[in-house]
Amino acid sequence: MSERRCSEDDDRSSLISRLGSDSPRPRMKYGGMFCSVEGAFENKTLNFESFSPQTQRRRAARPQPQITNHPDPHSMSLDCGRKPEYPERTHADTGRTCRLQKVKVLAGDRLIIKGGKIVNDDQSFYADVYVEDGTIKQIGENLIIPSCVKTVDAYGQLVIPGGVDANTNLHAPQRGMNPTDDFYQGTRAALSGGTTTIMDHVLVEPGASLLTAFDQWREAAEEKSCCDFSLHLDITRWHEGLCEELEILIKDQGVNSFLFFMAYKDKYQSSDSQLYEAFGVLRDLGAIAQIHAENGDIIDEEQKKLLFLGITGPEGHILSHPEEVETEAVYRAVTIAKQTNCPLYVTKVMSKSAAEVIAKARKKGIVVYGEPITASLATDGSHYWSKDWPTAAAFVMSPPLNRDPSTPQYLTSLLACGDLQVTSSAHASFSTAQKAVGKDDFTLIPEGTNGIEERMSVVWDRAVSTGKMDENEFVAVTSTNAAKLFNIYPRKGRIAVGSDADIVIWNPKETRTVSAKTHNLMVEVNILEGLEFRGVASVVISGGRVVLEDGKLNVTKGSGRFISRKAFPDTVYKRIRARSKMAEARGVPRGNYDGPVHDVISVPKLVPPTPTTRGPTCPKTQASLRNLHQSGFTLAGNQVDDHIPRRSAQKIVAPPGGRSNITSLS
Amino acid sequence: MSDCRREWNREDELPVYLAGPIATGPNQRKSYGMFSSVEGAFDSKTIDFDNYAVGRKGSRTPRSGSRERVLDSGDPAGKTSSEGREGSLTDSPGEAEDVRPGVVVRYPSGMESSNGESERLLIKGGRVVNDDQSIYADVYIEDGLIKQVGENLVVPAGVKVIEANGRMVIPGGIDVNTCLMKSHLGTQPADDFLQGTKAALAGGTTMIIDHVTPEPGQSLLEAFERWQEAADKKACCDYSLHVDVPQWDETVKEELELLVQDKGINSFQVYMAYKDLYQLSDSQLYEAFSFLKQLGAVALVHAENGDVIAQEQTKILRMGITGPEGHALSRPEELEAEAVFRAITLGNRVNCPVYITKVMSKSAADTIAQARRRGCVVFGEPITASLVTDGSHYWNKNWAKAAAYVTSPPLSTDPTTPDHLNTLLASGDLQVVGSAHCAYSTSQKAIGREDFTLIPEGTNGVEERMAFVWDKAAAMGKMDENQFVAVTSTNAAKIFNLYPRKGRIAVGSDADVVIWDPDSSKIISAKLQQSASEYNIFEGVECRGGPALVLSQGRVVYEEGQLQAQQGAGRFIPRKHFPDYAYQRIKIRDQAKSKQGVTRGMYDGPVHDVFATPKYVTPSPSAKTSPTSHQPPPIRNLHQSNFSLSGAQADDFVPRRSGHRIVAPPGGRSNITNLG
Repeated sequence: MSERRCSEDDDRSSLISRLGSDSPRPRMKYGGMFCSVEGAFENKTLNFESFSPQTQRRRAARPQPQITNHPDPHSMSLDCGRKPEYPERTHADTGRTCRLQKVKVLAGDRLIIKGGKIVNDDQSFYADVYVEDGTIKQIGENLIIPSCVKTVDAYGQLVIPGGVDANTNLHAPQRGMNPTDDFYQGTRAALSGGTTTIMDHVLVEPGASLLTAFDQWREAAEEKSCCDFSLHLDITRWHEGLCEELEILIKDQGVNSFLFFMAYKDKYQSSDSQLYEAFGVLRDLGAIAQIHAENGDIIDEEQKKLLFLGITGPEGHILSHPEEVETEAVYRAVTIAKQTNCPLYVTKVMSKSAAEVIAKARKKGIVVYGEPITASLATDGSHYWSKDWPTAAAFVMSPPLNRDPSTPQYLTSLLACGDLQVTSSAHASFSTAQKAVGKDDFTLIPEGTNGIEERMSVVWDRAVSTGKMDENEFVAVTSTNAAKLFNIYPRKGRIAVGSDADIVIWNPKETRTVSAKTHNLMVEVNILEGLEFRGVASVVISGGRVVLEDGKLNVTKGSGRFISRKAFPDTVYKRIRARSKMAEARGVPRGNYDGPVHDVISVPKLVPPTPTTRGPTCPKTQASLRNLHQSGFTLAGNQVDDHIPRRSAQKIVAPPGGRSNITSLS
Repeated sequence: MSDCRREWNREDELPVYLAGPIATGPNQRKSYGMFSSVEGAFDSKTIDFDNYAVGRKGSRTPRSGSRERVLDSGDPAGKTSSEGREGSLTDSPGEAEDVRPGVVVRYPSGMESSNGESERLLIKGGRVVNDDQSIYADVYIEDGLIKQVGENLVVPAGVKVIEANGRMVIPGGIDVNTCLMKSHLGTQPADDFLQGTKAALAGGTTMIIDHVTPEPGQSLLEAFERWQEAADKKACCDYSLHVDVPQWDETVKEELELLVQDKGINSFQVYMAYKDLYQLSDSQLYEAFSFLKQLGAVALVHAENGDVIAQEQTKILRMGITGPEGHALSRPEELEAEAVFRAITLGNRVNCPVYITKVMSKSAADTIAQARRRGCVVFGEPITASLVTDGSHYWNKNWAKAAAYVTSPPLSTDPTTPDHLNTLLASGDLQVVGSAHCAYSTSQKAIGREDFTLIPEGTNGVEERMAFVWDKAAAMGKMDENQFVAVTSTNAAKIFNLYPRKGRIAVGSDADVVIWDPDSSKIISAKLQQSASEYNIFEGVECRGGPALVLSQGRVVYEEGQLQAQQGAGRFIPRKHFPDYAYQRIKIRDQAKSKQGVTRGMYDGPVHDVFATPKYVTPSPSAKTSPTSHQPPPIRNLHQSNFSLSGAQADDFVPRRSGHRIVAPPGGRSNITNLG
């Protein structure tokens, strides 16, 4: 552990030093050493309710897991040194086959996860976890728990918060075709890969109502989803009239993130002006602006050119979406976000240069976050040239996978050092038959790749088992960071008392080989076909229920709840708030300029055609009034005295009304 | 001697006038063994430049036919055909030209007119500084051309001799960015072509390239002709013109083609700022760049994000800030850097050389430097103002002073900017120094006294340009004298295809020569300047270095503070397209980068039905707006499995993968659909 952490950046080292470098050692059963760690943990988790307002509201109906609830036998929280009130645990057996005492309790299972190493984004420690009613009730050693609880054995494995996939498209149609994996299939696959919360994109067609689309998505997801979900809204046509709906969505519906497109010209694309306006509104409402960053204008032109050249296959997709087009748009989006002081979240970082722009912008202090996806972390764009059309078409997505084979490694490195923050899947799968709509024209191929199931394994294999990041970072990029950014922390993204019981028992030793034959998706081509990944979710608990165990998925359709997210996430908006106070521009108090003013010739053609945009609030220049202060010379045409320097001619030495010091230039 | 022989072999390629002096020159030189090695290197560089510089040969040919002096033929009839210039010459005859010690004898040549315009000059004892090397040599000038460079030249008797006394003899400066006729709301700049070029000459600049700025809707060609007419009448030094493209449509294309092919224009400026006025969208820029590349022109870009600026201006005016500080506030540095980045991206996509005018901030300059490191063909031009001063003056309490600094992109508020830009200039990351000279009087600036967006934009700088580059970079030890020549003259000449006619002291080049005095020092003041504007933004700044003597077209126009410019003496210098310096790499990349598709068999597997409505078949814009809903496709595809995606199915728990797999499609199985 200590060796791995050497590569961490400095600000983390202080955090880590508190842990000591001895976490992998066999745990100390009773002793001072563990107590101190335990105490630190307690402080972090017990009172988080007080600082995160949104959890209180949502939990009102549930028993509060606070210290004051001691008399409640089911929601016991750990208190250091307190003696067990319950005589003895009845299920002390510790074999790997211990999931016997399956007691059907009222709503959720009662579970105890024993023997695992709990890994949060800040620290790892050995402790048992007791889950009841879909929440984590106790963490610690020798927990006092009721009898008849199911025991999940996690010896030698990691107990991590369930993954949060911040970008899926399970319901958004493209060209009228629904994705092959809908909310049911998609969330099922997510759970099998260790992801217990998804955030799906609501694609609002231009001109449609945001609220209607939101309701439609939420209904579909509540009906089918097997895991908790939340929703982003994709705004495809910005206009002032949307402000009202935005406010309702943010304040009442629990949506705090909105995606804008800089690509898809004439379809979804927003202009810089629109982005500027929209970002300003989102900042005032406390939401996060997400951006699909590609220069749609260039892409459009390139597509025309390539089709003209007769390139119609999937390779045309990548040729028309070159890397720099992505980079340029990221740069522009960052600039506009900086200008409007709005937090920006760049979805689908696919190339090295785009990632670099984000990293540099962060170094300049701009509040921007970058999200590489499963595909960009695991594979590259060479497949677009595959001779097999269905294979090549399966990789089509925007921005496309990068041709540079070192891209995945580079992105994982940036992920490890914190320059990129969140991994997601951007899962949008279309069957080969659907992709084949574009068999004669690559611009018609529906865009999207799979990745919802493989995401956690890919990150573990590419980053953790190669030694780039440690297990805590792993938890951060797969779960905690997303939860923090989108304001569902610490309900999600942390193993802590009071958090939702979305828990994954991660087996870092096991490997799995991805194949379309064995995956849990509907789509027939898996872009990661044949790749082997170390690190597998062996047990997945979603909402307190075991959904994956022994390789068996046991999901319940419609069990997923909608997770509403409050505005003004602290992680994002603390800095934004402070800056908006600082960044007030002030004018210079001056006396009125009372010197001569040149006449503006009132020739209509020389006046800008649309003067409203250039000088919006002020009346047009005094074209009709003659200025008596002006000297008599006119600039039109040749003058007899052209060879004489005219400097002094324009200087009004003694203007009528007395000389003013404002016009004195010497 | 082998050198000399080589030269003689080329005699047939060289103009007649070159053959004689060169043949005799090296004979005399033999006694100086040590120096001759340098001399030889120099000779081989300069003698055969006609051979490799296509721009020169090409640019000479049209000139001889039209309005330029015919040099190659020496035909007196050709000379009389230069109509505009001839007339103005007679207007101002017989300027006194001699205060320097030395012999001045008019040579009674038959082919020379008697107006004393052309003279024979020998610059003795100077150090000739080009962008690649410095040598001690004399320069002999005749007929407005450099005829000999070397030691112990054999010159006709009775030439005027200028003693340089060891000072630098450099090619005259080229100011690639002036706006001497750019109207703002109908008012013309205070400095027109006469004032502006006089100021240029006084500062050691012997050529300007002015921006033709037609208003949207106006004909580019007409505007170009207006500019040319005005400049022919007034300009005192050679000039060329950039043409600004205020809008993009089909008619513009034809005019551009005409301008490139017939008028000798190879650079066009496009705007990314000035929303709803000049601004082009990314699509238009893409098209414009593609077209300019086909024509072989250089795309000049005014890089600022106009959309965001328009928004910021609205916001700032709404906040009640109407003074010049609003100009700086509404155009922050980031917007410049962003637009530069976008322009480079577009240029790289199209594979068109991009030239960023007016680099005003560190971040924009860094963006250019990084792009060059990636191999993009991009050039950056800082201007006098950005190399010397910063944007703190926008907050000046004196409105008139603050307004004088208004230019776009604005001067950066970061006081370290000038230093940084000078460093990049010295290291070659930025290439050319312009002035963006566009001087408006205070009363003109006062049009915007209640609204900063109406203040005419532009600062002075044409006169101070060379001196400040010397002061800020060369005198500080950042760059050497050769780099100084490169950034003030040679690079510009190369990029815009004037080289080696301009931008070099070499045999056959135009006699635009400056004797530079690095030790002189002056304090800039509006009282002492040639420009007609009443405020100088460098007021009170002390500046080392300056021209001691300026030769334009072989005539002494500035000497010891005395300006003897001649109105209308300036010639229009046409520029051929496809400048080598910008286009060599572009051409090779075009060949190397050709795109090829993958040859595949036809996909004959199942195809999902799309709606019969045309909206999803074509990517036309109208189609993309319609909302999609979840109707089932009207036509059923027989290849498709019978499951529907809408709603829950009874068999949801069964993996459906195999449902899509066509094991035996009608027509036989094809390996193309085999996904195994």
